[in-house]
Amino acid sequence: MQFPTVAIMESAKKPEPIASATSPERAVVRFEHVGMRYGAGPEILRDVNFTLPPRSFHFLTGPSGAGKSSLLKLLYLDHLPSHGTIEVFGRNVAATPRTELPAIRRRIGVVFQDFRLIDHLTALENVALALIVAGARFEQVREHVAEMLRWVGLAEQIHAKPATLSGGEQQRVAIARAVIGKPNLLLADEPTGSVDDEVAMRILYLFEELNKMGTTVLVATHNDKLVSRFAHPRLELQDGETSLLPPVRGS
Amino acid sequence: MATKETADLPLRHDAASRFVPYLIAVMVYLSALALAGAMVIGGAVGGWTSGLRGTLTVHILPNPAGNAATEKDIAAVLALLRAEKDVASAKALDEAASRALLKPWLGSTAAAPGLPVPRLIDVTLKSGAQPDIDALSARLRKAVPRAELDDHRRWLGRLLTFAGSLETIALLVLVLAAAAAALAVIFAARASLAVHKRAIEILHLIGAHDTYIAVQFQRRAFMQATMGGVIGLGAAIVSLLAMGKLFGGVELFGLSQVRFGPLNWLALALLAPGAGLLALVSARLTVLRSLARRI
Repeated sequence: MQFPTVAIMESAKKPEPIASATSPERAVVRFEHVGMRYGAGPEILRDVNFTLPPRSFHFLTGPSGAGKSSLLKLLYLDHLPSHGTIEVFGRNVAATPRTELPAIRRRIGVVFQDFRLIDHLTALENVALALIVAGARFEQVREHVAEMLRWVGLAEQIHAKPATLSGGEQQRVAIARAVIGKPNLLLADEPTGSVDDEVAMRILYLFEELNKMGTTVLVATHNDKLVSRFAHPRLELQDGETSLLPPVRGS
Repeated sequence: MATKETADLPLRHDAASRFVPYLIAVMVYLSALALAGAMVIGGAVGGWTSGLRGTLTVHILPNPAGNAATEKDIAAVLALLRAEKDVASAKALDEAASRALLKPWLGSTAAAPGLPVPRLIDVTLKSGAQPDIDALSARLRKAVPRAELDDHRRWLGRLLTFAGSLETIALLVLVLAAAAAALAVIFAARASLAVHKRAIEILHLIGAHDTYIAVQFQRRAFMQATMGGVIGLGAAIVSLLAMGKLFGGVELFGLSQVRFGPLNWLALALLAPGAGLLALVSARLTVLRSLARRI
């Protein structure tokens, strides 16, 4: 089955232009000596340095509590670093005016570990929301969103509310919402945590397909078995610092 | 296939904002009464000033020498006034008319033949004339020492001050009602922001602008306030009509002569959308200010 996002994006409103567009080979993400802490607490990230080139696919690995989710929070612009520089699509996040951040966020698809679905909306409405906030009308995108939900195996749950869905089903709704806008950067925080191996593989294949279409992908996971099945490099996070490791498969 | 009838934020179910329409209804009710009062007073003031503009009154105290002497005084004053270039006409009220004017205060005593009453001369000035009142008064006193010229300034000045105070109080009621309504909306918006914090975070993270979120709050606030405003306005109109029926015949400083015109009704009608607009702006600013604290 063909990944349905191309048709969806044609019907959705075009994303807002970013003031300084990235050059073709410019890093999609660049971290330079980045540190992060929550309030006055201890530093979760101390000195993080890495770049994500365009169309790359990385796993973000590391033990529980290493700061994978915190690093992703910096990437999807939920927090600012306590020190260092973060560039996303060539924009220094800390120096970007607040009014321009939504346009950057729309180019980033995020699969949250806790799904973050809106409880009173149906699966269809939750997924459509990613396009509606960008200016699309629900009637325009309804069919495409439904197609995406069918593609992730939720044909029967299109009108179901999150509370009536299992953890795995909620996760697939969250994935559909993250990829419906064909983001330039896809961030996934433990996207296979609530699904069985077969669905986990299917989700990773979906991410690979998006990656082939040009999306830069970063998947945070501690599922070593899954990581070993794909030939993608790893960003290992340990003691608040990152190191780039070669793919497990073929290494 | 279902259409998306559900708002992103279920603000309709917020317990914290349910009281808003009722509070706005009370505020609009009070505002409408205050505004109507201010407009009635304003109308009465207009009536007083236009009615008295261009007129003078001369009081002539009774002459101790008797009625004939008093009539002589009146004739002298009339002659002097009619010779003035600024006077269009001067007409003396006869004794019966003067007694009739005192009747509301003195009752039947005013008609007692032995009671000396001052006599009045009604003076109408020529259009646009602005005579030197002090000089005219001096000339009158010189001719008839018991004559007093009244240009109504002192009486009118006091009445205007009183009317101005009432209008200021009415305006204060309007301002306080608007402030109370705005505070209620701000409180409700803050409570809703807290209730829907998680959903707002999600909207934010998937790329919603602050205004996308604020619009949902301001729309809700506008609807609630307009609904409350219409209820309050309806109740106020019923009250005003009832008051008009009850007190329409009561003469008090000419208030019964004041009529509500289309502009007056329009001013009252604007209170309902005005309340909606005030709520819209209050909710929008509250939400935008709160969201601005996020990155």
